Amino acid sequence: MLGLNKQDFTILVVVALLTMFAPFLLNPFPTGSAMAQFNAGYPDLMQRFVIFGIFAIGFNILFGLTGYLSFGHAAFLGVGSYSAVWMFKLLSMNVIPAIILSVIISGLFAVLIGYVSLRRSGIYFSILTLAFAQMSFNLAYSVLTPITNGETGLQLTLNDPRILGSSVTADGGIPVTSLFGIEMRSTYEMIVGAWSFQFNAGYYLCALIMLVSFYLSVRIFRSPFGLMLRAIKSNQTRLHYTGLNPRPYTLAAFVISGMYAGLAGGLMASMDPLAGAERMQWTASGEVVLMTILGGAGTLIGPVLGAGFIKYFENIFSKINDSVLHSWFGFLPDGMENAVVWVVEHFVGKGWHLTLGVLFMLIVIFLPGGLVEGGQRIGRLFKRKPTSTDKPASNKPAE
Amino acid sequence: MGILEIKDVGKRFGGLQALGDVNLSIAENTVHAIIGPNGAGKSTLLNCLVGKLIPDTGSVLFDGQSVLGRKPHEINQMGISRVFQTPEIFSDLTVLENMMIPCFAKRDGAFRMHAIEHMMDEGDILEKAEAMLEDMNMADKRHMHSASMSRGDKRRLEIGMCLAQEPRLLLLDEPTAGMARADTNNTIDLLKQIKEERDITIAIIEHDMHVVFSLAERITVLAQGTPLVEDTPENIKGHPKVREAYLGEAAD
Repeated sequence: MLGLNKQDFTILVVVALLTMFAPFLLNPFPTGSAMAQFNAGYPDLMQRFVIFGIFAIGFNILFGLTGYLSFGHAAFLGVGSYSAVWMFKLLSMNVIPAIILSVIISGLFAVLIGYVSLRRSGIYFSILTLAFAQMSFNLAYSVLTPITNGETGLQLTLNDPRILGSSVTADGGIPVTSLFGIEMRSTYEMIVGAWSFQFNAGYYLCALIMLVSFYLSVRIFRSPFGLMLRAIKSNQTRLHYTGLNPRPYTLAAFVISGMYAGLAGGLMASMDPLAGAERMQWTASGEVVLMTILGGAGTLIGPVLGAGFIKYFENIFSKINDSVLHSWFGFLPDGMENAVVWVVEHFVGKGWHLTLGVLFMLIVIFLPGGLVEGGQRIGRLFKRKPTSTDKPASNKPAE
Repeated sequence: MGILEIKDVGKRFGGLQALGDVNLSIAENTVHAIIGPNGAGKSTLLNCLVGKLIPDTGSVLFDGQSVLGRKPHEINQMGISRVFQTPEIFSDLTVLENMMIPCFAKRDGAFRMHAIEHMMDEGDILEKAEAMLEDMNMADKRHMHSASMSRGDKRRLEIGMCLAQEPRLLLLDEPTAGMARADTNNTIDLLKQIKEERDITIAIIEHDMHVVFSLAERITVLAQGTPLVEDTPENIKGHPKVREAYLGEAAD
């Protein structure tokens, strides 16, 4: 189906079902119940799940297949965002031209950075990409203020020309982003008993784009091009002496993954039309590395899982504060309650990074193949016969 | 005029003259062995032929065209394949995938952007790779992870990958180094069989005299960066200069 084998097609269908029914799946607890704060089914967060999913899928094409660890992918995310916002300022509030421009500009940017960085491999490549990204970040912050609006960030104003749209809406506000009239922020709320499910236009646009991106990445993984990329990771010497030139292959992979990042940046700006330099900072680049490794580098579905996992933690765990903890542990005697809260509060709220760090370490140490390997091991527990005939691990963990 | 003409090739590493005025001609469709004691410059010479090193002086002509200054993959595309001392294969990939890569390289050249076609739909490539595995007696291992094979099998796969590109000249750098006797004999048989079945020139660098004398039609003895003698195996065996270079015996 669609040029995929049965196994890949199943994965694609699973991802499609997960994204399409995310508003239900992520809202398992009734609104107003004590567990409701673990619900993740609100538009803003769901959009972030799929946008960072796209970002990680693209990163995985470079890192998972070729083994080149880029530490500067956030630069493309930022470039994509700025391009999209400029499109909203100059052309119209339609998201399509904005997304197209962000992909093109970040692609061009990736050609430039990749051409220079890919002259080296290993740690030197990582450092070069990191240097480029930090350079972009600092330029966006200072010298390039006319384009990026410096530390305030690029925003829409009432004075923007918007030659194909209107500068100001009828009631004097700034127009909102839309897709041929469908506003990105429009949300339909479905109330079933105690539950409320939100269906957001922007989320569904992002989800559809993510499905297309995911499909493309599966095709790339299974193509001769993908085979060459895996060969680059495996043995460059043999590749040279097989009459193949690794450089164009790595550059192509770098540009493709840069365009994925630009697409994610463009979508981010389409959901919320502003772009700031902090989107390019090295922590943002590091985050996508974490997502990919956590989910399983070199696997198809890993990066999507990793992105969802990290974004869920970032948004849900960080919201658990003192008062919430006290209400949970209120049944304990006073002294004990305070002690327990004191311990737990370091792992939630502002301390969620600690939980994430510990989990990351545990996964890297015990499940080098990431969450996907965890899933496979659990799956194997339920199977009778040992799976020694399984497909060989193209999903070898990153060093 | 041989298929490979090496003229006055010299290479220095700092104060060490690794190669000095090497003149060597390898005739088409022969098995030519290059032997010599450690440090004689055999590997340096080989590296000069495949583009890994650029000699300071001299010229290397393959089929009338200079190879100097070309990148390894360009030289390979001209028709020179190389087998390494330790088998260099794509150890993360399966045997079949390993074999498909040179088939793609042969068909598509150094780079082709085929990102959307499905690998397993490439019928002609798949057919060729399967046939090559059949030739190498490895068809039953096609879905094996290549890292988990024995050294002899890895060598067999590597030679097969080189042959899949249909090279005109096959360079072998100590193909039996570190192998058990049985594996060594298998490799000798394999190379003999290759020579019989194909139009191919083989140049072989080897320490193991058993291998050299069972395969070679011409032998060049290299010592201290220069060719000492070049002759048929029968004449080399009793040659006084060779005995001197190898055993330090005085030539009398």
